[in-house]
Formats: sequence, C-alpha cells, structure tokens
Amino acid sequence: MDKFTTLSAVAAALPEANIDTDKIIPARFLKTTQRTGLGKYAFDSMRYRPDGSENPDFILNKEPWRKAEILVTYDNLGCGSSREHAPWALLDFGIRCVIAPSFADIFFNNCFKNGILPITLPREICEQLMSDSTMGSNARLTIDLPRQVVVRPDGEEVPFEIDPFRKHMLLEGLDDIGQTLQHETEIKSFEQKVAGERPWMPSITLD
Amino acid sequence: MAPRTLFDKIWDHHVVETLPDGTSILYIDRHLLHEVTSPQAFEGLRLAGRKLRHPEMTMAVVDHNVPTSDRTQPIEEPESRNQIETLERNVKEFGVPYFPLLSASQGIVHVVGPEQGISLPGMTIVCGDSHTSTHGALGALAFGIGTSEVEHVMATQTILQRPAKNMRVTVEGQLAPGVSAKDVMLAIIGHIGTAGGTGHVIEFAGSAIRGLDMAGRMTICNMSIEAGARAGLVAPDDTTFDYVRNRPFAPKGEDFEKAVSFWRTLATDDGAHFDKDVSLRAEDIAPSLTWGTSPETVLPITGTVPDPAQEADESKRAQMQRMLDYMGLEAGQKIAGTPVDVVFIGSCTNSRIEDLRAAAQVAAGRKVAEGVRAMIVPGSGLVKMQAEEEGLDQIFLDAGFEWREAGCSMCLGMNPDKLTPGQRCASTSNRNFEGRQGPGGRTHLLSPAMAAAAAVTGCLTDARELV
Repeated sequence: MDKFTTLSAVAAALPEANIDTDKIIPARFLKTTQRTGLGKYAFDSMRYRPDGSENPDFILNKEPWRKAEILVTYDNLGCGSSREHAPWALLDFGIRCVIAPSFADIFFNNCFKNGILPITLPREICEQLMSDSTMGSNARLTIDLPRQVVVRPDGEEVPFEIDPFRKHMLLEGLDDIGQTLQHETEIKSFEQKVAGERPWMPSITLD
Repeated sequence: MAPRTLFDKIWDHHVVETLPDGTSILYIDRHLLHEVTSPQAFEGLRLAGRKLRHPEMTMAVVDHNVPTSDRTQPIEEPESRNQIETLERNVKEFGVPYFPLLSASQGIVHVVGPEQGISLPGMTIVCGDSHTSTHGALGALAFGIGTSEVEHVMATQTILQRPAKNMRVTVEGQLAPGVSAKDVMLAIIGHIGTAGGTGHVIEFAGSAIRGLDMAGRMTICNMSIEAGARAGLVAPDDTTFDYVRNRPFAPKGEDFEKAVSFWRTLATDDGAHFDKDVSLRAEDIAPSLTWGTSPETVLPITGTVPDPAQEADESKRAQMQRMLDYMGLEAGQKIAGTPVDVVFIGSCTNSRIEDLRAAAQVAAGRKVAEGVRAMIVPGSGLVKMQAEEEGLDQIFLDAGFEWREAGCSMCLGMNPDKLTPGQRCASTSNRNFEGRQGPGGRTHLLSPAMAAAAAVTGCLTDARELV
C-alpha cells in the first residue's frame, strides 16, 4: 500500500448525499479477480452516456477535474454494499482523499485499507471546499496528514480528526495483517480459552 | 458488572486484546466466502506466503453471479465463469468447506449459513458482503467486510475494530393482518433514514419482533445495513433455539443443551445503556414500499408520491426531483396502480420458504398479468426442494411465474437476470439504487405478498385486497 503523507491536488465536488457504492462502481463490473484496472468504471452511470461516450457535463470529465485526486461530497458517502471495488475504482482513477460530512462504515474502513484518506468535516466546511474546488486550476487543496489539516487555496487551515492507529498505518503504508500477526501469542491463548469454555462449538467439515 | 447489551456481551466474548488506542483484535467464529469478494484476498494470501488459519471455521458458496436457469449447461459469461472457477480452485488449494453450484445445499450465502446451522447464536460472523447482517437474526454479531479484511480474517481469524455504539429499535404491539417483516423494516428505515444507524449495532426488540419467525427476523436484520447500521441483532430465544436444533452443523445432543444454556445468557440486561433508542408501534405499520432510489424513500401502499416542492432543503429537493425523474413518477400521484414490467421474488432479504409461502398465497388461482415477467428465485436449493414438496412451484407455474434456481439473481444483476432501461420492477430485494437491478432499471422494494400482488394485477397493489 502506498504511504499517505501530504497531498496537494485538484479537488472535485460531487454535491450529493448518499452516493452509494453501486454508483461508485456498478455490480456488473465486479467480475474481475484483480484489484487494479477499475478506474475506467468509476461513476459509470454519471460519467458515460448510454451509448458509451463521455458525458461532458460530469465534473470528472472536465478539465482540470479529470485529474482530481480529492473528492468532496455530502452525507453518507459510500453507503450500500461492502464492495472494496469502490475504493479500488477511486484509487485507480487517481483519488487519494475523500471528504464528506459523514461516511458509511464499511466504505470508510475500506478506504484506509487502500491508502485513501477519508476525512469527516462539517457540511458547511464541505460546502466551502466545494466552492474552492470550482476555481479551475487554482482549485488545489493540500491535505497534510501529519499535521491533520486541510489547507484551502487561500491558505486557511481546516483541522480534522483521525484515529491515531489509522493515521500511523497510512503514514507508514503498513499492512494490517503483519501488525495483527505480531499478536500471535494472544490469539493462540484466546483460542485455547474458548476451546475450554465453549467446547460445544462445532467445526465445519464436509465429507 | 454494569448491565450490558446483547452486543456488548458478544463483543466481550470475542475480544482477544484491546490495543492502547482502543482498537480491539476481535476473534471471528465464522467466515463466509463467495466468488465476488474473495479472489483478491486469496491472491493476497498466496503472494504473502500465508496460510488460511482456520478452514474449519470458514465456508464458501457461489451465489452472486451464478445463472438461475439450467445449470447443467456451462456458464455462458466468461467473466462469471472465471470467478466461479477461481473460487473452486481457491477452496481446493486452501481446504475450505464448499457448497458447489450443483449441490442441493448451494444458495445465497446468507440463506445457506443459518439453514445449515453454520451460523449460530452468540457467534461473530463476517463475510465480504454487507448483507451479512442477516445472521444477526440468530443473535450473532454479523457484519460485512471489505476484501482486505477478508484477507485479514483468512490469515488471522480476527478483525481490527472499535466497538460500535448501541442502538435499540423497539416495535411493540400486534402487526395488522397482511403486514410482514419486510413492511416493518421498510417502516423502520423510512423512519430513521439510511444513515440512522451509522456507527451503531441495532438490537431489534419488542413484542412485534419477538413474535416474528426466524425468516422474518432475518428479513429485518438483513436490511440493518440499509439503515446504515454496522449490524442488526435479535436476542436468541426459544424461537431461535427451535430453529437451530438439528441443523446439519449445529451442536447435537448434550452439546446443544450446553450451547442453549450459554445462549440464554446473552440477552440484554435490564437497565443496559443504549446510545440511541427508537420506538415504533406495530399498529401504525401498513404494507409499505419505496418510491425513490434510496431505501429510506418509504410509503405505505395507500400513500402518494411526495412533492419536492414541500422540501425546504435545496439539495434534498434537487435529489428528490432527480429520483422522481429517474423513477418516472409524478409528485402527488397515488403509488398504488403504477404499472410494473417485472416482478422479482428472491434475494437474501426474502427468498426463504416462509417468503415463498406468502407469495404463493396471493398467486394461488390467479394469473400473472399480461406483459409482466414474474420470477421466483428461491434462496437455496433446499428452499427450492421444500417448496416443491409443498406444491408451491406448481402454484407459481400455473400462475405464469418463472420458477428458477437459487442465487442472488436480479437483486444486483451480476448474472443474466437484469432489468432493461426504463423497466419498472416490484422487487423483494434490499436496494433500489439507480441501476442496481440493471442500468436504467426502476426498483420498488416491497414484501413477497406485495410483489405477488403486483404480478397478478400488473401494477403496485395493496396485497390485503387479494387475500
């Protein structure tokens, strides 16, 4: 996983609430067995017209937002399915940071596992960032993860909260599994304890 | 010890260790796999040279993109075939118990788990699918995870998580005749909204919930995710234990009795704290359905489509208008009487034998309206067999319904069962997002009885008029 430290990039506004994971990537594109290559399907129904051509009115089809690395939306971003294909599609498109007043739990989690930083900020601030993002090629926002601030184009700094463990994992680009396996002794002793306390717990074995 | 909720107790029973920042390593009792969200996780294990820690706590089944027509033929779509074959290679390589496509036990993972007794009360259960919340009906903490977490569970049998907050939704009273679990859950989502449960685990309580059979409780817990909750729970009781007893993978004999006495300790203590507490009266709930493209856009079947002009918030107003345009509806129109093109009875929400019986009760002796395509997709091969033993298949076939094989099917349109642009569908599934059932498709979420009523009348109809 790529580290996330600071990011200075173009931000695109999608001023909608409840952008669901089907909208981020419809189910028919989930038939891959790879994590990569899904960027071309991101926001499929908004980005392309029924004949497959680009919808010129959609923000991510316009310059300079075609190269946006930050998305700003309204509430409950990523609601719906648990598909990690949603952050995979965003990442493959080039998005490294998503900002919204609130997120759906699983999507929020899935972002961190892929080096995407989800930032929760009040709606009024999201509106201000959306307004910043309309300033063409000056629409750059800077995300400073070590200092936990979003720097607006006029230099104003907006602080944000992040769980310290997740911040550490993003800054170092660490893999959760390796971290958890360092607790092997504790996992093993937990398993022994349960085997003693709940010996009736069945195994799944098929003939 | 301070009084604890059902969620608190299951959580406490599974914490391996709490890290200094408050994140817990939570032990997982059951890991369910399907073909869509597992290939990248198996590949990750393989690349890192890691083993799957506990194959005997893991189960795999194909459901999302399997065809629901004749299965003796090869799967036509090459990508679907590849995903299924990839799962088959992976379960073999890693020794995972697997229900193959041609097994009678194959079906939707959230139908198969409880049906086989693989999902049990008090367990932690995860799957790379948001509707894992279904298994909460047994009194298990069950939630959907992403593929990176799937790989984490494969390698460590644990997950990293902070405890959720506790929410309780109480439904007291007697449900009116013709009102089902689906109507109750739609009413709840309509009431609290699609983010109403975010960050929380919802315990469903009250006499109306206690009075539901296990299928109904599964319908309720299934759609907890549509209310934004991390999971849904119903306290295990005699209804639960009667359901679990004698399931193939459930504990047997003396072990079962020991298990039951443990499960009885899990119910929420008197005086336990809930961060959010919501109550609905059963008598107020009517047969319900959605009108828009978010599961919170709920109406009673007797209602009218809302008018965006009445909405004060500008962005909400614009969103409502977009939904109306997408759905091809007019503000103020009566929702009943809207013609439908397709009826889908199935999905992990409503494809169990009880759901099929409710649909058959409406369909019996009637005919599917002209021009309507109506399909029944049982939740598993075993549900299908049971329905055939009861003669339900004949009722449906005589009425002109399609009687299909088990799978996720038109709930999400990953297999050939899809809507075409503009088609309107009365669906017993769980999501009405734009394009969910096929690009441009229009979905109304409703109960099996209401879906059957739409099939035989050709339009959205109050099922109470037909029984």
